[in-house]
Amino acid sequence: YRPLRRVLLILPFDAADLPATDASFLPDLELRSGGQRGPSLPASPTTSLDRFQVQPREEYASPGIALARSVEEPSATTEDGGESHRHGGGFQMVQWEWSYVQTPYIIAIWILVASVAKILFHFSQRFTTVVPESCMLILLGLVLGGIVLLTSKKQLYQLEPGLFFLFLLPTIVGDAGYFMPARLFFDNLGAILLYAVVGTLWNAFCTGFCLYGVKLLGIIDQKVQAGLMEFLLFGALISAVDPVAVLAVFEEVHVNETLFIIVFGESLLNDAVTVVLYKVYMSFVEVGPENVQTADYFKGVASFLIVSIGGTMVGLIFAALLAFITRFTKKVRIIEPLLVFLMVYLAYLTAELFSLSAILSMTFCGIGCNKYVEANISQKSRTTVKYTMKTLASIAETIIFIFLGISAVDKSKWAWDTGLISCTLIFIFVFRALGVVMQTWVLNWFRLVPLDKIDQVVMSYGGLRGAVAFALVVLLDAERVPAKDYFVATTIIVVFFTVMFQGLTIKPLVNWLKVPRATNRKPTINEEIHERAFDHCLTAVEDIAGLNGYHHWRDKWEQFDKNYLSKLLLRKSVYRKSELWEVYQKINIRDAISVIDQGGNVLTSARLSLPSMASRASFPEVTNVTNYLRENGSGVCLDLQVIDNVPGAKVEEESETHHFLAGNLYKPRRRYQSHYSRHFMTVGDHERQDREIFQRNMKSRMETFKTTRHKRHSHKKDRSQKKRRGSDVKEQDLNDKPRRNVSWQDKDPVVVTVESEDEKGEHLEPEKEEDVGITFVARKVPDTPKERPKSVPAGLEVCQSPSVAPPSPTCSERNLPWKGGIGTLPVCVSMEATKIIPIDLQQAWNQSISSLESLASPPGPVEPLHPRVSALSRLGGQRPVSYSGSGVSGSGFGSRGAGSIVAQGIARFEFPPGGEEKEEEEGALSDQEQELQPLVSSSVRRNPCVYLRSLVTAPPPGSEPLARSRGPTQL
Amino acid sequence: MGSTNSTLSKIPNVEELMQETGFTPAHIVRLYDRFEALDKEKTGHLRPQDFGAINRLAMNPIGDRIIGAFFSPGQETVDFHSFVRILAHFRPADKKRPKDPSMPEPVNSRTSKLKYPPLVFSLISVAFQLYDQDKDGKISRAELLQVLRSMLEMQVTEEQLESIADRTIQEADLDKDDAISFEEFRKSLEKVNIDHKMSIRFLR
Repeated sequence: YRPLRRVLLILPFDAADLPATDASFLPDLELRSGGQRGPSLPASPTTSLDRFQVQPREEYASPGIALARSVEEPSATTEDGGESHRHGGGFQMVQWEWSYVQTPYIIAIWILVASVAKILFHFSQRFTTVVPESCMLILLGLVLGGIVLLTSKKQLYQLEPGLFFLFLLPTIVGDAGYFMPARLFFDNLGAILLYAVVGTLWNAFCTGFCLYGVKLLGIIDQKVQAGLMEFLLFGALISAVDPVAVLAVFEEVHVNETLFIIVFGESLLNDAVTVVLYKVYMSFVEVGPENVQTADYFKGVASFLIVSIGGTMVGLIFAALLAFITRFTKKVRIIEPLLVFLMVYLAYLTAELFSLSAILSMTFCGIGCNKYVEANISQKSRTTVKYTMKTLASIAETIIFIFLGISAVDKSKWAWDTGLISCTLIFIFVFRALGVVMQTWVLNWFRLVPLDKIDQVVMSYGGLRGAVAFALVVLLDAERVPAKDYFVATTIIVVFFTVMFQGLTIKPLVNWLKVPRATNRKPTINEEIHERAFDHCLTAVEDIAGLNGYHHWRDKWEQFDKNYLSKLLLRKSVYRKSELWEVYQKINIRDAISVIDQGGNVLTSARLSLPSMASRASFPEVTNVTNYLRENGSGVCLDLQVIDNVPGAKVEEESETHHFLAGNLYKPRRRYQSHYSRHFMTVGDHERQDREIFQRNMKSRMETFKTTRHKRHSHKKDRSQKKRRGSDVKEQDLNDKPRRNVSWQDKDPVVVTVESEDEKGEHLEPEKEEDVGITFVARKVPDTPKERPKSVPAGLEVCQSPSVAPPSPTCSERNLPWKGGIGTLPVCVSMEATKIIPIDLQQAWNQSISSLESLASPPGPVEPLHPRVSALSRLGGQRPVSYSGSGVSGSGFGSRGAGSIVAQGIARFEFPPGGEEKEEEEGALSDQEQELQPLVSSSVRRNPCVYLRSLVTAPPPGSEPLARSRGPTQL
Repeated sequence: MGSTNSTLSKIPNVEELMQETGFTPAHIVRLYDRFEALDKEKTGHLRPQDFGAINRLAMNPIGDRIIGAFFSPGQETVDFHSFVRILAHFRPADKKRPKDPSMPEPVNSRTSKLKYPPLVFSLISVAFQLYDQDKDGKISRAELLQVLRSMLEMQVTEEQLESIADRTIQEADLDKDDAISFEEFRKSLEKVNIDHKMSIRFLR
């Protein structure tokens, strides 16, 4: 009942939405194109062109003015205002320029209607799971069509074949082709081709002949004036499974991939058959059946070969061209997505130009170029292409279905013949089922994985007809095919029946039959590796067994691809990279993003990808990945893989937390971020500059410190503090354990293994990764080559502490000393922060937590922050910026530019008291230190402490490299 | 079918072999011809060198491992029966085969694990053994690295290899022993329909 009410709610809205616009432009339309045969959809190329030509003549007397208007609008408008008979004399401040904007306006309004309709349908989750969107859109179209019909007495809009074939269909096919899972497609190519060619032929002939037979039997009314050829023609256009309808319905059903690819592949590839049959029969109808010679049949067959193979070739040529062009777009990344769209669309148009199969052309262009293009273009372009394609395809689909509905409401189309309609429906269904069963029977002799009965049922039932059939039938010439109106009506009924009835029932059917569903799951790296190994293995086995089977040829193709094609079509930098490595990186990024997305914090996510970051250091693409992560880390939805992501309740909750955190915590940096991405090329300078500022500040602070503090003194104190903090780390670790287990269970494997890895002493990687991140860190490496690694494990250890939820008891405990200023570190320590992080990071983390709690408050004590910032920098460029740009960064390290200097002032001001407090604290700490000694010494984290001491005692060496690095700016 | 029968008669225990492996006589004959062709010295046994003579196999990055899979530990040669049995693993599971309880289960059926524990292993263990070269029941990091190195050829640096290997182990390693046990291997692949992925179509 609720769904129903929803419908009622929805419809009035759209109805109200449209009449408003309708009412405004309808009279206008009628006025201008009164003589025209039913002004159809404005977006249609021919009619809109007509209208444009008509307009100027009526209104401005000469077309030139209209042109001038579009060139220099403001001045022209005033001129026209004066000239136009509509507005009378004088200057008009506001003018009614409907005719000027009409066409694009109507198009935009229609798209808006389609989008709003889509939004409204998805309000109710339960409703959309039952009723497919396509059904609802057709219903909406019917209602809208009814309204238009009532207001203007005739149908103004319908699905124009020109519009459909030139604009709407390519967007959908392009999307389908480009994102076609190539491996799956080619694995099942045999089956797809069989169904597409033989199946479609079978359907077309059987339906045509049987309808003719039924006509002879007298079941179909005599009014339907059609002979054998007409019925065959009708059979040809009605028999093709429609890609749009299949996509719309099957996407919601989620049957397993094999089943989907077979039905969908068939619907795409049968285009060639349909086109050829349609053309052949049209010509036969034109010359008359009695004049058809035997040679014409052979011509038909030859034409089929030309249309299909030619279409494929055109597609592949464009795919190669596109891939080749994207090799050279390194400097103009911004144009990459456009290139993809253009070339794919050109493939379609070129095929249309030579009257080849355009759908085939576009599909193969997409499949062919995908691998190379995706490797060549940048990550951002990839996302853009993906999103734009999906947007266009989805809106095109929506418009198609709405217009199908609208087109049905047209008195001129209702040439109803019950016999014809019911017979067509029955034949279509029966022959589809028969064809599928027979072909599957043949196919199962050869198929590795036979298609079982359930698959066959779904395939038969999934033979949906759609807009292609409708567009083709509308294209028929009413003079040559007298029964056109009957055919149109029948086609509409067939389309509605298949899309609505079968679309509505296929889901329950699939559920009832327990058809294996698709798992919307991305392969793990294990699966990727193993599957590659399996491929090699199977090739080897085929070779051993002396079979030249599928794997043999696939392997040959891969060799060819690697040796020639990839060399030609891939960028050099990309070509050298292994595919598996790419996959690995993708998985890594995906993980990191999902962690961030689900409310994980970035320290941990950085940790997740630690191993990868390390080696990525040697690649120029590092920056891309890094930037990508940065840009996406800011709490925007960044699901790359699935556009329609419906997260579970828990995930949602988590991400809510995350958004809250991100929204509140990272604002300063985010503002910076936008600036940052606009001037993408100057990033390096910014960072370097920031680093310089940071270093200079640190240096000066350290000098202040040196003058006020005694060196030994500070050393001692520092040590005691270290101890204390070290113990805290331990404590906190203990406290953390259960918590972590709760919140981090899923991501655990990776996290923990890094740990173990570190324990084994593989410090190479983290060290490398620093090279990626911030250069001044790297400079320091030679000074302290040995000690560095020691700090790493602890640093990593601490990394996982972030998993603590903010209000944890440990936090408050830690907060107290910090707020009291006890936790302040000597500045020199933070200067050398890279080496101290292990312990300091812990504190830093807590501060970031507390900074969460007191966001509005000005930057807290500076010193404890240093380690944090540096710690973050240590973690490499990989961390999304949002994190490093936390509220704390306002204190002058993370934040760059003028703001940091102000913050710096505060920092310096606060510094001396911090140091004094520490002095007082020393005594109190000393006994604590004694207590904790065993604990600390037993822990791994001891090393850093020892090292730290050595560092603090010798500040000069530490400051030297800084001075050196400062050189450039001073110059 | 005259030639088929005459070839079949040359093979000892051919009936048993066919029942065990589920191959049709045509398959057996075909494989026998292949076996003969590989067995250049007509000893009735194949040695690793004989496999090495297959050109395309030499180009296969993990070809030698697959050759290795044909030889049970300690054995230098493989006879026709073991040859067929091993190939039978890659035959797709045949649902339509009449279920005759008196007949021994075909080698590649997943239930046969207990019946021939030492020789007959499931497909997944074939896959596992591709990695597990020292047969200790675990894929160590080094072993994984080896496979990766051979599969990725010269395209990646050692560092990258290592990070991929680490990541792989991290992902699959459930008991944190820094190696992938058979159980873990199976788990990591349980979402993959290995029967589909690891089958080839033998011509009829």
